Amino acid sequence: MQDTTPLAALAAAHGLTVSGARPSPAGYARQLWSRRHFIHEFAKARAKAPYAQARLGQLWQLGTPLLNAVVYYLVFGALLGSGRGVPDYIPFLCTGIFVFGFTQSAVLAGARSLTDNIGLVRALHFPRAGLPLAVTLVQLRQLVLSLAVLAVIVVAGGAPVTARWLLAVPALALQTVFTAGCALAVARAGARTTDFAQLLPFVVRSWMYASGIFYDLSRITARVPHAVALALAANPAQVYVALVRYALIDSVTPGRLPAHVWPLALIWATVAGCAGYAFFWSSEEEYGRG
Amino acid sequence: MAEQSAGEAAAQPQQAGSKAGPVAGPTPRRETERETGPETRPEQGAGPRPATPPGVPTVVVDGLHVVYRIYGAGAGHGSATAALRRMLLRQGTPSVHLVHAVRGVSFTAYRGEAIGIIGSNGSGKSTLLKAIAGLLPPDRGRVYTDGQPSLLGVNAALMNDLTGAVNVILGGLAMGMSQEEVHERYQGIVDFSGINDKDDFISLPMRTYSSGMAARLRFSIAAAKNHDVLMIDEALATGDRDFQRRSEERIRELRKEAGTVFLVSHNNNSIRDTCDRVLWLEKGELLMDGPTDTVIKAYEAHTGGS
Repeated sequence: MQDTTPLAALAAAHGLTVSGARPSPAGYARQLWSRRHFIHEFAKARAKAPYAQARLGQLWQLGTPLLNAVVYYLVFGALLGSGRGVPDYIPFLCTGIFVFGFTQSAVLAGARSLTDNIGLVRALHFPRAGLPLAVTLVQLRQLVLSLAVLAVIVVAGGAPVTARWLLAVPALALQTVFTAGCALAVARAGARTTDFAQLLPFVVRSWMYASGIFYDLSRITARVPHAVALALAANPAQVYVALVRYALIDSVTPGRLPAHVWPLALIWATVAGCAGYAFFWSSEEEYGRG
Repeated sequence: MAEQSAGEAAAQPQQAGSKAGPVAGPTPRRETERETGPETRPEQGAGPRPATPPGVPTVVVDGLHVVYRIYGAGAGHGSATAALRRMLLRQGTPSVHLVHAVRGVSFTAYRGEAIGIIGSNGSGKSTLLKAIAGLLPPDRGRVYTDGQPSLLGVNAALMNDLTGAVNVILGGLAMGMSQEEVHERYQGIVDFSGINDKDDFISLPMRTYSSGMAARLRFSIAAAKNHDVLMIDEALATGDRDFQRRSEERIRELRKEAGTVFLVSHNNNSIRDTCDRVLWLEKGELLMDGPTDTVIKAYEAHTGGS
């Protein structure tokens, strides 16, 4: 190409590389791996920051999801009666809120992860995907904490601890890959158009109401056309929520799981993970510009 | 001006020692072949490099043009009705304003050099550094670098809601230090910045810092690592005299550790004290490239600053 000028030849002779060129996808993954401690420390600092000025401090990490669950229980369970016919409605509702909340918060924070840390992006060189990945980690940590609290409550209420609980690990791992892919994709979109971050909360909230978080999806799928029912059941949020509920709640039997739920979980994770990574990577050299 | 010449005189012996070959006047708007010595002066473009190269090049800037595209610079931007009308009429963004900030700059920087960049406000100094750092795409031309250059600017805020201590750790890790390295150097960074001289400021959020303190901490973090190429954009202007002296010392150390340092400053003294080569940019063009004294004298004559 331009490698004909004397200066380009000089640069080539000494093995200099074009500044700001992005590495290959595999090279980018290696860069990310070499900054894993940064991602970890960043996630740790970010997890503590929102509660740093509160009197109760880090207790809010447990208090916030529990209060959320109480509010939703009062509105949907007690007032609207969405829980009729659902056994173990409280763990059913809490699992749904916590599991969906993980994807929800990670996507919302991901969309702002580059614009919120623009100073860091402009000051230091590191693979930018570290930021959306770190906010995903923050929310994963929050989810595990919330589920642990829920488990304590459920066991105290007399529910048995079974080997099925272990299924939550692969389910959450797949959901994390899916969520990280989404966070990467919206991070790029949010960095380009700041209006995007304003719109996203409405999109995510609609997604939540369309998923069976507060109600048992079978109540709706029985009444709608077959194609709509299929689409509702294939919704990734629905898939991951159903899997974690199946793993943690004794009264959710295999028969109440949607069809092909594990393959669907795997497909969603693969598609979102790869597409989000590629989408974010292809714009790597442009973050922080302007 | 009296103290200026005193500083110059004090800095002289050290610079003369680090410089090879006679001072070969300014070479305007050409790639520089400084340090090549008189016997390898022919500069016929693509000719083969001499058997013993003048040094290892770390940054090669080849015919660089940078153009900013500013959208919606015209009137009416930001008003809701104007935005709505644009959307309804399917007009694109009404006006794209082009600013040609860097126009065909070429030079080669070698290992161990400290290069000052001078010029009036808006002459393209910061843009040039950003392009070298790979933060701005070149419109034409290329920038080649050895490793990843680090740009340290006054505007580069770290994370204001986090404490200085967390910023030190995160900054170190983001630059690619290992965890052990960061913990090893942590105290050195804090001591160097002098943040804790007055109070235990390092455990307070960075938003409580004065602008000078924040700039000092940023410089200390960036300077803790041995960069292949370190670019400093006006970072020393904010620190107090004592800190400026320490940071100038550190810049000299960084050069010894076989890096290349670029320094943008409006303070000709700090350029004289730290740099042995100066690029003078004006209106995006490289007006002069040569030894510090020659270029600064010409610059001062031009601006009438002497």
